[in-house]
Amino acid sequence: MSDPTLADAINRSQHHGLIARITSQQIFWVFMAAVFACLALTILTDSFATERNLFNVTRNFAFVGIIALGMTAVIASGGIDLSVGSTLVISAMTVSVIMSAGMPFWVGCLAALSVSMLVGAINGVLIAYAKMPPFVVTLGMLSIARSLAMVLSDNKMIYEFGPDHDFLLWLGGGATFGLPHPLIILIILAVITAFAFRQLRWGQHLFAIGGNENAAVLTGIPVARIKVSVYMFSGLMAGIAGVLEVGWLGGVTTNLGQAMELTVIAAAVIGGANLAGGGGTAFGAVIGALLIEVIRNSLILLGISTFWQGTFVGAFIVIAVAFDRFRQEKT
Amino acid sequence: MNVLELKNISKSYGAIQALRDVSLAIEPGEVVGLMGDNGAGKSTLVKVIAGNFAPSSGDILISDQKTVFHKPLDAQKAGIEVVYQDLAICNNMTAASNVFLGREPTRKIGPIKIVDYAFMRKRSAELFARLKSETRPRDLVHRMSGGQRQAVAIARTLLSDAKIVLMDEPTAAISVRQVAEVLNLIRQLSDHGIAVVLISHRMPDVFEVAHKVVVLRRGELVADKKASDSSPEEITGLITGAIETA
Repeated sequence: MSDPTLADAINRSQHHGLIARITSQQIFWVFMAAVFACLALTILTDSFATERNLFNVTRNFAFVGIIALGMTAVIASGGIDLSVGSTLVISAMTVSVIMSAGMPFWVGCLAALSVSMLVGAINGVLIAYAKMPPFVVTLGMLSIARSLAMVLSDNKMIYEFGPDHDFLLWLGGGATFGLPHPLIILIILAVITAFAFRQLRWGQHLFAIGGNENAAVLTGIPVARIKVSVYMFSGLMAGIAGVLEVGWLGGVTTNLGQAMELTVIAAAVIGGANLAGGGGTAFGAVIGALLIEVIRNSLILLGISTFWQGTFVGAFIVIAVAFDRFRQEKT
Repeated sequence: MNVLELKNISKSYGAIQALRDVSLAIEPGEVVGLMGDNGAGKSTLVKVIAGNFAPSSGDILISDQKTVFHKPLDAQKAGIEVVYQDLAICNNMTAASNVFLGREPTRKIGPIKIVDYAFMRKRSAELFARLKSETRPRDLVHRMSGGQRQAVAIARTLLSDAKIVLMDEPTAAISVRQVAEVLNLIRQLSDHGIAVVLISHRMPDVFEVAHKVVVLRRGELVADKKASDSSPEEITGLITGAIETA
């Protein structure tokens, strides 16, 4: 770079210092809220900062966090996926039925993840090619996938998983280096997702579609194909969470993951995913999921009725969106 | 040599004749103001040049070679770029990402191809410098002025070695100061030997930059003359039909 003014133009940006850049992010404040809640709980209760409770919190939020990664991709592309809770249960049921029939884990897992991606692919094709609204398509799928899980299992509880029974329980419920396995998998998937969002053309294109779909079409981005892949990604994440959750619970019924879509959407939105499309980060999805779980946990520890949970999650979505709206009007 | 020549282009939709025997020649670096009332055939003509529609009859010559466009991509490959009225820009992305939208360069790390941001920023900074625009590659388009947004859309056309840039009402929805910025961008393109077809309702803008003014009325070309030999009054008359032809 021989031309100093050109180099200057390349390196300059609207944000000034590092601190200004960090504090301008919604995710920073959400993270601070989560830290503050943890500190407050540590002081107010003697049950929060115990190893057992922290282990539970990290494991519980991992399932929501994994699905929120997929949801963030969908929301960033300008869509919504209401079928994730049902995708989770159909994945959980598929792996359970196959393993309880005496097949090894890898067959069940492969089948479960394939079914989950197929659910996503059907969503994606109807949305991208038949141009149906994502809300309607995935709402229909919410009903269909759960009903198919009932058909598949005859609506019975499954708790015997054949020869690889112990492996499945270890995978979902065990820990390595003191970290629950679902948390380790969440971290790995979050790193991969962050990389894909930032470094791959796929990420660039999905954010472009969410930002201005018309522009994406005019500049020759394969909009329909990207959209299908985004819903398949969401399905895959729900599928992975489904397999892990069976292992954690040690049994599965068809009401698994009911109303989970709302918690997942809340996690993604609190983490900075813009419901109008075009914004969101993998890190944000993880932090959003963490904050929700910490709040949920604190309600229990503080002795507040669990009936209040829905109020908190619902209010969080509205507040996060209101916060975003307010910030946009200011600039 | 003409960079683009239209010979007796006609286009009809069923019984409606949108264009009738339109002939026009454009030289490299020439700025052509394309004017006409609503429904005069401006959009149709632009869409024929951009490869959206095939003409019912007549020929299109690019650099004196007869050419047929089956789809917009064919026109793009022949060096014809369109700057859309809404600019086809993503507000949530940086200027550099917008310039390269849909054509992101990649480099390989093992089997994975990753987006080459360093190259995108460097190349787009060069293009903005060429356009004498103060747009910065890392900035989000969301916070930019109308003029800077135009610079992003125009830089995109430079990326692909365009010969002709078609601009649809670029000054319709921006402030007076930004209009001056856009007109400067048009002059920069012209200085680099790129022809510009400027579709506009704004007479002062056209007379400020255009070398030549072309008027369409009811699908017919009623004037094709040097801007210096004409006047806004004459062009207004030609557009409305008060003056028959010139």
